[in-house]
Amino acid sequence: MKLLAGHYSYWIAILLMVAGLTMLISRRNLLKKLIGLAILQSSVYLVYIAPGKLIGGTAPIIAPGYTLYSNPLPHVLILTAIVVGVATLALGLALVVRIREAYGSIEEDEILALDRAGE
Amino acid sequence: MSNDLILRVIAKLLMPYMLVFALYVQFHGDFGPGGGFQAGVIAAAAVVFYAIIFGLPAGRRLVPDRVVEAMLAVGVLLYAGVGLAGLALGGNFLDYFVLDGDPVKGQLRGIFWVEAGVGLTVAGVMLKLFTMFAGRAGADRGADKGGDRG
Amino acid sequence: MGALIIYVLLTTMAVTVVAMVLQRNLFSVVVLFGAYSFQMATVLVALDAVDVAMTEAAVGAGVSTVLLLAAMHLAGGIEAKPLHRPWLPLVLALAVGGVLAYGMQGLPAFSDPRAPIHAHVAPRYLAEAAAETGVPNIVTAVLASYRGFDTLGETVVVFTAGVGVIALLRRRRKAAKDAAP
Repeated sequence: MKLLAGHYSYWIAILLMVAGLTMLISRRNLLKKLIGLAILQSSVYLVYIAPGKLIGGTAPIIAPGYTLYSNPLPHVLILTAIVVGVATLALGLALVVRIREAYGSIEEDEILALDRAGE
Repeated sequence: MSNDLILRVIAKLLMPYMLVFALYVQFHGDFGPGGGFQAGVIAAAAVVFYAIIFGLPAGRRLVPDRVVEAMLAVGVLLYAGVGLAGLALGGNFLDYFVLDGDPVKGQLRGIFWVEAGVGLTVAGVMLKLFTMFAGRAGADRGADKGGDRG
Repeated sequence: MGALIIYVLLTTMAVTVVAMVLQRNLFSVVVLFGAYSFQMATVLVALDAVDVAMTEAAVGAGVSTVLLLAAMHLAGGIEAKPLHRPWLPLVLALAVGGVLAYGMQGLPAFSDPRAPIHAHVAPRYLAEAAAETGVPNIVTAVLASYRGFDTLGETVVVFTAGVGVIALLRRRRKAAKDAAP
């Protein structure tokens, strides 16, 4: 099992992913579910960007005097991912606000009970 | 919050610097970290800051709803327009090197307008999100709860 | 030595997230989320991803936290006590984590210059983007020029999110405006 420093960032990313997944599926509060989703998404940023870093390199902005640059390709992909993540979060929060106004609660079990009682 | 003298003065002093910084990040995205997304969020943050201190109606007077909604759409149209301009001038969609005689200058021009479009849309969306959420709090204090299922 | 700050920050991020999972007061959770986003932005700077760090700080610690606070103000601030212990979801999440850990064995070590990510397209961008586009910031060049289609799609996604929130949250305002004199 590679527990060494070379893979530490992957271990932390896995821990963040598991924590986000737990929040997403085990908590009944809709807001906590959305925050768990946001954490799950942000753990993926680590998985992409950590391998691109080269120790002794610098940010990928061409400047005289520097020869070693970190890899710019994951930065581009993750920039898009961050913005799409906040778009998803905003829509989810708008839905939570409407659900709260319609049902009076944002706990999943209370909402389901109200739905079943209303049928 | 507009009764607090310190907050009012600091808000009015800081806002122009925040907006200038947003423009700096937008146009110097070629030479340092930055670009359309970051600049749009910083510009929206400046107006949100103003709206928090002086109240949402004051924020709405500063940047009217119509202007924000127009910004949303104009940004995307600008980006697509640059693509179509590449098409009209003889290249493929979103080709920049046909936009000018010198291909490198064409690239610079294309990147400039494309980032401007992105910055406009992102600023408009972030501001609109804040306005929608903050405006909702006052609206359902008096209206009926739970009746509107349509 | 340069990697030490990355490891320290990653550890504090993990501690923050575990605290977030266990907290029930939603205001604390949102504030911890803002702190987590800031730490993520700092780690990204240490990993030389300066554009991404700026975006994460502005979007994650700025816009996301403000929206979460607004939604929390509108929706209520305490999470109810769970009805039963969440053993099954925890086991499920740990199983997923186990599979990921098994898959992670094959990934290259930190800062390995022979990793596949540094082959093929990336050296070409680093060598030629400044000459071809005239822009020293390679991330901007790739984002706006080489991968312009992706950025167009992303702008449309942001626009769609704005339109979606307008559609979801606009109707009640109009009803209230008609009701009030």
